[in-house]
Parts: sequence; C-alpha cells; structure tokens
Amino acid sequence: MSAMILGFALVYAQFALILSLALACWRMLRGPRAQDRVLGLDTMYVNAMLLFLLVGMGNGNVFFFESALVIAVLGFVTTVCAAKFLMRGEVIE
Amino acid sequence: MRHLEQLPPWAAIIIALCVAIGASMTLLGGLGVVRLKSFYQRLHAQTLAYSAGTLLTIIASMLMFSLLESRTVLHELIIGVFVIVTTPVTTLMLSRAALRRDRDAKLGHDEIVPPQRRAGPAKPDPASATPPIPAAAAPDRPDR
Repeated sequence: MSAMILGFALVYAQFALILSLALACWRMLRGPRAQDRVLGLDTMYVNAMLLFLLVGMGNGNVFFFESALVIAVLGFVTTVCAAKFLMRGEVIE
Repeated sequence: MRHLEQLPPWAAIIIALCVAIGASMTLLGGLGVVRLKSFYQRLHAQTLAYSAGTLLTIIASMLMFSLLESRTVLHELIIGVFVIVTTPVTTLMLSRAALRRDRDAKLGHDEIVPPQRRAGPAKPDPASATPPIPAAAAPDRPDR
C-alpha cells in the first residue's frame, strides 16, 4: 500500500524534474542574452540537486545526500562566478 | 523498493504529497523560465524551484529517513540552510550583472518584452516619419 503510493509519487516527481531540467536546458541553449544562459544553468543545477534527493529517497540510500550537497555547492559557485564575470569582465580582480 | 513497505500509510501519504507538490512547483518554475518574456520575469519563476521545491523535498526526505531508521535524521537541513543562504546572493548578483549589461547596451529593463504585449493593438502612425526602434522590434536577437 504505502510502497505503491510512494512509488507512484516518486516516479511522477522524477519525470516532472527531468522535464523541468529539459526546459531549463532549452533556455540555456536558446537564451537571447548571456544572463539568460546563466539563469538556465542555475535552474538546471537546482533541478539536478532535487533529482538526486529523490533518487536517494527511492533507493533508501542516504549517500545520495552528499552528492546533492556537492551539486548545490557547485551550482552556487558557478553562478556567482558567471555573474561576476558578466558584471566585471573578470572573475578574480 | 523493499524499504518503502516499512512506512506506515499516513507517513506514505504525507511524503507522497510533499514530493508531488514540490516536483510540480519545480516544473512550474521550469515552465516559467521558458515561457516568460523578459529576463527579470524569469528570475522570479526560477525562485519557485528554489523555495517551494527544495523545502518540500527536504521535508519529505527528512520524514522518510527518520521513520525508516527510527531516529531523527536531520542532515537534509544542511541543504535547506545552504539554499536559503545562497539563493539571495546568486539572484542579487545575477540581476545586478543583468542591469549593468542592459545599461551598457542602452536598453531599458523591459525592452526585451515584445511590444505587442505592452502597447496593445496600437498601429504605427503612417504620418509620423520616425522609424520603429529596431531594438524593440526584434525580441530574439543573436547573442550579445
């Protein structure tokens, strides 16, 4: 009973996140200006982090949590570096 | 999925609701990132994935692992606190960079929006000799 409910919800959530990842990837490839591409990449990072959390929940494995944390940290650093590059023209002054 | 059978049904329903609503919110954010017209509107859509999606998924994950291991598992709070702390930083830096780039390119902040959304069905006056602004007429320009 509970496995059926949870399995259905987890599969639906994973498909929704994959679709959202594809939409953000479309924005990253298409985006008319550079900041739109950075925005799409940032959204892709968040979606990938949530997808890792969901896969960890589906497997009952706690160790997917660390990879989700690493993806969150990498997304933050990437977005800050890209925004700083867009603003100043260089990352480290 | 053997471990999912150990959960009581009320917890399964709560976790499933949290996961489904969070994923739907994230999908809404992705749709907004694609569908909205200007960059400053897309910034708002992306925040939906950050706040609602992350919060609900983390609540579901904490509840599930706490019930499975019959102790309080709270390490997903690290991701929540990290996302809450870093989201304003990234959004602020990205919007400031976009503002500066728009100012350098002599664009107003809503000039990427196609003009039929703002001006309605107003036709250009044929008597006026001013040509239409090419920046507002071409919303999908190549990358600058």
